[in-house]
Amino acid sequence: MSTSPRVDYQTHPAQYRHWKLSFDGAIATLAADFDENAGLAPGYKLKLNSYDLGVDIELNDAVNRIRFEHPEVRTVVVTSAKDKVFCSGANIFMLGVSSHAWKVNFCKFTNETRNGLEDASKHSGLKFVAAVNGACAGGGYELALACDEILLVDDRSSAVSLPEVPLLGVLPGTGGLTRVTDKRHVRHDLADIFCTTSEGVRGQRAKDWRLVDDIARPAVFAQKVRERALALAAGSDRPGGPGVALTPLARRIEADALVYSHVRVDIDRARRTATFSVSAPPGGQPQDAAAVLAAGAAWYPLAMARELDDAILSMRTNELDIGTWILKTTGDVDAVLAMDATLAAHRDHWFVRETIGFLRRTFARLDVSSRSLFAFVEPGSCFAGTFLELALACDRSYQLCLPETPERAPAIAVSEANFGSYPMVTGQTRLERRFYAEAAPLAAVRAAIGRRLDGAAALALGLVTSAPDDIDWADEVRIAVEERVAMSPDALTGMEANLRFNGPENMFTRVFGRLTAWQNWIFQRPNAVGDKGALKVYGKGEKAAFDWNRV
Amino acid sequence: MSAINYSEKIPNNVNLAEDRTLQRALEQWQPNYLQWWNDVGPDGSQNFDVYLRTAVSVDPQGWAQFAHVKMPDYRWGIFLNPAEKDRKIHFGDHKGEDAWQDVPGEHRANLRRIIVTQGDTEPASVEQQRHLGLTCPSQYDLRNLFQVNVEEGRHLWAMVYLLHKYFGRDGREEGEALLERRSGDQDNPRILQAFNEKTPDWLSFFMFTYFTDRDGKYQLCALAESAFDPLARTTKFMLTEEAHHMFVGESGISRVIQRTCQMMNELKTDDPAKLRAAGVIDLPTIQRYLNFHFSVTIDLFGADQSSNAATFYSSGLKGRFEEGKRSDDHVLKGQTYRILEVQGGRLVEKDAPMLNALNEVLRDDYITDSRGGVERWNKVIEKAGIPFRLKVPHKAFHRNIGTLSGVKVSPEGEVVSDHEWNARVEEWLPTDTDRAYVGSLMGRVTAPGKFANWIAPPVMGINRQPVDFEYVRFN
Ligand SMILES: [Fe+2]
Ligand SMILES: [Fe+2]
Repeated sequence: MSTSPRVDYQTHPAQYRHWKLSFDGAIATLAADFDENAGLAPGYKLKLNSYDLGVDIELNDAVNRIRFEHPEVRTVVVTSAKDKVFCSGANIFMLGVSSHAWKVNFCKFTNETRNGLEDASKHSGLKFVAAVNGACAGGGYELALACDEILLVDDRSSAVSLPEVPLLGVLPGTGGLTRVTDKRHVRHDLADIFCTTSEGVRGQRAKDWRLVDDIARPAVFAQKVRERALALAAGSDRPGGPGVALTPLARRIEADALVYSHVRVDIDRARRTATFSVSAPPGGQPQDAAAVLAAGAAWYPLAMARELDDAILSMRTNELDIGTWILKTTGDVDAVLAMDATLAAHRDHWFVRETIGFLRRTFARLDVSSRSLFAFVEPGSCFAGTFLELALACDRSYQLCLPETPERAPAIAVSEANFGSYPMVTGQTRLERRFYAEAAPLAAVRAAIGRRLDGAAALALGLVTSAPDDIDWADEVRIAVEERVAMSPDALTGMEANLRFNGPENMFTRVFGRLTAWQNWIFQRPNAVGDKGALKVYGKGEKAAFDWNRV
Repeated sequence: MSAINYSEKIPNNVNLAEDRTLQRALEQWQPNYLQWWNDVGPDGSQNFDVYLRTAVSVDPQGWAQFAHVKMPDYRWGIFLNPAEKDRKIHFGDHKGEDAWQDVPGEHRANLRRIIVTQGDTEPASVEQQRHLGLTCPSQYDLRNLFQVNVEEGRHLWAMVYLLHKYFGRDGREEGEALLERRSGDQDNPRILQAFNEKTPDWLSFFMFTYFTDRDGKYQLCALAESAFDPLARTTKFMLTEEAHHMFVGESGISRVIQRTCQMMNELKTDDPAKLRAAGVIDLPTIQRYLNFHFSVTIDLFGADQSSNAATFYSSGLKGRFEEGKRSDDHVLKGQTYRILEVQGGRLVEKDAPMLNALNEVLRDDYITDSRGGVERWNKVIEKAGIPFRLKVPHKAFHRNIGTLSGVKVSPEGEVVSDHEWNARVEEWLPTDTDRAYVGSLMGRVTAPGKFANWIAPPVMGINRQPVDFEYVRFN
């Protein structure tokens, strides 16, 4: 159990301490005005628009609200409400006092949030302009890098910079190194200079090196930002009209459980496991687009996605030693398939598109969760279509066979949703990941659309790991879990990440894989976190004492 | 679901009639077992009626029921010693906790490996001994051979029971694999090398049952301490049968010696050539066989320093011999044990961490026990008034595992040069000539009460039957 106070990922603009969200037609503005006294934990002040997890929780919430509550918004301008400073990145003192686990979880969430901006641009027509109106350092620049365009004020002092290496002895680990190269195509030797120059690069050179898209003098900066925002908006298909209010989640937090309306998590502390149970849509779901929109945040797919998302984030942050998650579903396979049919029928409707996107990003959180994931397909379960993604996201899945009472045996089912609605960040579907995009097994699975697949059928198609019968089931799954929870959590995290991301590499996999792995190594090293490590002595007027041996 | 009347056909005290897990597993496995018995069990014996002991329950009356049965119809059963109420783990890191009634997932792989390794020796010895029936020195001995064989078969059942009951599909696969490996097979051999050697003659068989079955006893004793209670209870019951196997070996060798001494006194000679001419096995040949079987068997205890041994002990999977009777802390952290190594051409003792040296601890316990029987054999020689003593060789002699592997050491414990080894190895280990000679004695004696010339009759028969009882009806 985590000893620090529970982190809650739910918030509301009325409660924001750090971001100012305003709307002007098709343009929304997210202005950073971080309250230096409102850090999530004691021991540091969020000076100069430096952020911690609490700031990012608000950012994540704000982006979701723009997605759902403001379909009229086509461009989001990310800027600063403070003078001379845009954002100075993650708070160094926060990093200095945080545990390794906290840092890793923090970086993961901020990575997911930045990926979310690009996801919105790609899938939802929601564009982002970083209006860099002051000093933009480290994580601040990484936030800008996640936007579609970066405009830098050319005031002879404001610079963009990634000072992590020279100042802090760590990496710009929230996508910085990766986006500078993969996204912005900054030449690697120039990137080398940029990443080792603590004061950064400003003005024309920043533009010449492709670090920003454009620069503008202070007098014309606001106008230029607006121009670019409108230009981006013109290319967007966001429709306008009334939005859907993201009402507070129905959630009860118990000592050993998280209880939502469609999701619950039960923690077994002795066994160090948590069981996630997702229940199928209840009857009477709306089918036409108007009714779906009218249902709003209570519409089952969105409600379930928000609950599952919150459960994942909460378990990841607050329950570090619960290392194995068991995923279960309950309810009617047909109800899930009917939901998939509705999602597919209206996939071009902005609200349905946003809901599918929410589901996609939620499933993607599972892929990068440092927990062992096992799916148990038991009687009464409904791993079908969208719900099957839960099992496909798992490291292993077990489906019960009942050879003597086949009518009671649980079945899984494939739907079109498994063939493209919820790609991983690699761009592959989980089925493509599973079968290395090989044509034959994928065709066999596609041919099974419309069938109920019992354990034997699912095993034959390669959709589940194991299909023990009722005689073996209890021991088989008990032993599998007991074996798992006894292994080194670090080795498991590394192994699972490698096996889950077996397919094509792209910018996102390099952020979550290469960049994060190096960063987490550096985070453990005395040169960063030893008594005389760069992170520890930063701001104390001391010089870091390095062990000069290259490893 | 089942065509088998379980309690009739498979005597057991594990509630087989109501255990679907076991029934399902056995339905598949039992026919394959019978097929295995027919294929590689005792050669040409399927139609014999053999006077066998069958265990039908674990109480004193039930575990030894005698009758003539055909071996393929033998009722191989499944027996565990009665449960000890609230049994606690009494050694290792889990000391004081409740014994495990299920396999903890964390230890599944190691427990499975331990059970499979033990289980593999059981059918292996049946395979090794399968041709001996064709050269038996008497009906009495033939019956003892078959008794050992069916009980090794039952020991296989005991281990397969654990695999079937507690290891799910993996366990069933391992159960099948136990029937598929073959002693001495190049492609699919038995796991331990000693169980791939031939048992070509009855002297080897008696040596094997004295020495190698005793290794079985010590392994079973160590497993009988296990925190995994079903394993502990299963192996405890197996020990009652193992005692008989060792009796066959000890009394067999004793009778060979007795016959040899009798001939030595008759002929008033200790000349091996003369004794061989008279058709008995000279004492130096017996010593060489002893040296061979002893040294090959003590290798079975494994390397003298072993991280597995430490892990198995600390995690509670395998204890020491008579763990419960020892008065130390039963955790053994920080303690040491003296093991041998070669330094400057001499064997020296050095301290090794006790936990890593537990194979050596068990080996030393075994050696002490083995010496007892050898001393009883010496009594037979002494009684005949012959100035010769059999000796257990030094434990560094002819070793193939651990620190001493490949080191040339004489039976007296002197490190010797390769040259000296080569010059004297024929004094120390059975030669081809020895084996050929012993082989030449192996005729087949089947008339009731008759015995081959090279072995004395036993003092009494089996189950208080006369020595000339018809132990085997050849039909
Ligand atoms: Fe045995
Ligand atoms: Fe035996």
